[in-house]
Amino acid sequence: MSGGVDSSVAALLLKEEGYDVVGIFMKNWDDTDANGVCTATEDYDDVVRVCNQLDIPYFAVNFEKQYWDKVFTYFLNEYKAGRTPNPDVMCNKEIKFKAFLEHAMSLGADYLATGHYARVRENDGKYEMLRGIDANKDQTYFLNQLSEDVLEKVMFPLGHLNKNDVRKIAEDHDLVTATKKDSTGICFIGERNFKDFLSEYLPAQPGQMKTLDGIEKGRHDGLMYYTIGQRQGLGIGGAGEPWFVVGKSLNENVLYVGQGFDNEKLYSDGLIASDVNWINTVPDGAFSCTAKFRYRQNDSTVTVTKMENGKVYVEFSEKQRAITPGQAVVFYDGVVCLGGGTIDNIIKGEYYLDYVG
Amino acid sequence: MEYIYLDHAATTPMDQRVVEAMIPVMTEVFGNPSSVHSFGRKARQYLDTARRTIARSIHANEKELVFTSSGTEADNLAMIGTAVANKEKGNHIITTIQEHHAALHTAEYLEGQGFEVTYLPVDETGHINVDDLKEALRDETILVSVMYVNNETGIIQPIEAIAHVLKDHQAYFHTDAVQAFGLLDVNVNATDIDLLTISSHKINGPKGIGFLYVSKDVKIEALQFGGEQERKRRPGTENVASIAGFQKAVELLMAEKKERKQRYRDYKEQFMKQLSDNGVTYKINGEPEQGIASIINLSFPGTNVESLLTNFDLERIAASSGSACTAGSVEPSHVLAAMYGENHERTTNSIRFSFGSSNTKENVIEAANRVANIVKRVTN
Repeated sequence: MSGGVDSSVAALLLKEEGYDVVGIFMKNWDDTDANGVCTATEDYDDVVRVCNQLDIPYFAVNFEKQYWDKVFTYFLNEYKAGRTPNPDVMCNKEIKFKAFLEHAMSLGADYLATGHYARVRENDGKYEMLRGIDANKDQTYFLNQLSEDVLEKVMFPLGHLNKNDVRKIAEDHDLVTATKKDSTGICFIGERNFKDFLSEYLPAQPGQMKTLDGIEKGRHDGLMYYTIGQRQGLGIGGAGEPWFVVGKSLNENVLYVGQGFDNEKLYSDGLIASDVNWINTVPDGAFSCTAKFRYRQNDSTVTVTKMENGKVYVEFSEKQRAITPGQAVVFYDGVVCLGGGTIDNIIKGEYYLDYVG
Repeated sequence: MEYIYLDHAATTPMDQRVVEAMIPVMTEVFGNPSSVHSFGRKARQYLDTARRTIARSIHANEKELVFTSSGTEADNLAMIGTAVANKEKGNHIITTIQEHHAALHTAEYLEGQGFEVTYLPVDETGHINVDDLKEALRDETILVSVMYVNNETGIIQPIEAIAHVLKDHQAYFHTDAVQAFGLLDVNVNATDIDLLTISSHKINGPKGIGFLYVSKDVKIEALQFGGEQERKRRPGTENVASIAGFQKAVELLMAEKKERKQRYRDYKEQFMKQLSDNGVTYKINGEPEQGIASIINLSFPGTNVESLLTNFDLERIAASSGSACTAGSVEPSHVLAAMYGENHERTTNSIRFSFGSSNTKENVIEAANRVANIVKRVTN
């Protein structure tokens, strides 16, 4: 339980169904400020108050070290490599559904339940992960690295609900978290400024902004602050269409920019993904399915071909805009999430794009 | 499955006889003890009787007792009240690194206010060394605060020796006797103690009441301002019902102390024997011969407190650790860190078990069996 409305309602629903529910709060990050205030303390207090409303026991567990080693180190390394990491995917893989799951099991639990918007379906002895009913809240994108073994022990009590219903249930039960604001962004950064946060951990190296034709367009504050397709914060004025990040060169410390949302340099035809996880068995040969390249994006039709070393080649049916190395590509067959991987290379025509970092 | 409570050092259940002593006060004696009418006098009568009885239990004069809301408040009053009132005599204070936070954080506050504080170390036996005190003592030392019995390890501190060292020194001697009072004979006269802290809820009395003994020669300033209650040292209308309950708890304690001590010691030994019989590996933190009868602090190699305490609770065993667990952050026990070193494994794998009135021989054995199962499970 995070102290948010979703996990609060998840606990409530399970309790109502007659499960023996134990609330566990996980502390992964310490953001104690100069006044001794730490968001985890406030969030845990919300967990405590909700659990008291539900009359269930509650505990806290600390995974700061594991989070630092498995998630935050990865996060920094990806930025150092000029990529855009997805710490939520890694957190689910390494912490919530690994270290935390093991912790729950060591306490004698039969299942681990979370407030994610996703569903688990037992289908002929195998466990599948389905999208949450609420298309706008579906979180399977972030859960793409879960395995069937994990799903067997997992419950998502909110998967069949819309977010509005969840809020309504919380309000009907007068839960203290009923009107609490949803957390936004990356959990360890919270409400803070992303640039300020990142600059505390990685030295920023300002450099030149150029078009791919080599025309200088100004200065950038450090390549790590920019992601492919980004419009904000470039500070390029002048006539014509707005400017976008189309790529970066780590070697030359140059940020490539291009004009127009539909700039041709932002488009590609395929990608190579690594660390691919298939939740259930998929065909050995090439197969067609849909994919998301970002959270909350509509699905696109793709053809997936397995390669060696857990990599896949993903060919787009229609060219895609602003595919970003480091982000997750997640595959679906209808409502079923097949799994996903990390975007490594971007392909246009016959070639790998060499300007995307 | 029965819930078994092994955390009497944290707090104790109220004795039924204490509850019964409080009910008539709550229902019938509602007057303000400061009022100059029959209602007030009635309340004042209860207050006087309680004060006299409780004072006698530590061999003090009743005028030397200041009722407070808690042991914490009494520690604050003792340390801040004397430091501020005696600063013309010096600005040096001595305490120990293993004090309860009620004293430790007060000392840190005083440091921030310009006082100089020396924190005496503690050795692996759990004791402070009187020679360290002698060395730290200066002409300008105004206060020495050393706990009577450590709340985490149960180790009894050399209080008489400290009092002896301070006998001819200007420094006042304050001791937090919250964990000692329930089982040891506390005598402020014979031991030359100037200030002493006691809390009611550790001796089967109600919560929200404690007192500070302030020897008649001690110069002390109040920390709060208002009426003239508690001889102006602690203004605020007295908590008469709780004070009456506190009195009852003290009376029961004085009558039963010897028997309780033997019984709790038996529980403790039974508990450890049962763990050993179950093949559990553990180490005792501190020197067991110097421990109070009711407390034992055990280190379980290969475990961590967070997981142990959660597992204990799910198996309906209540125990605790000196580590402060807030929102998932486990601060290693400052007491065990002082004894064994900052990063020693004992600071994060130790559990305090404390025995008391809610225990029976049977539930102590049952608890040891459950603890043994859990420890074996998590270390496998």
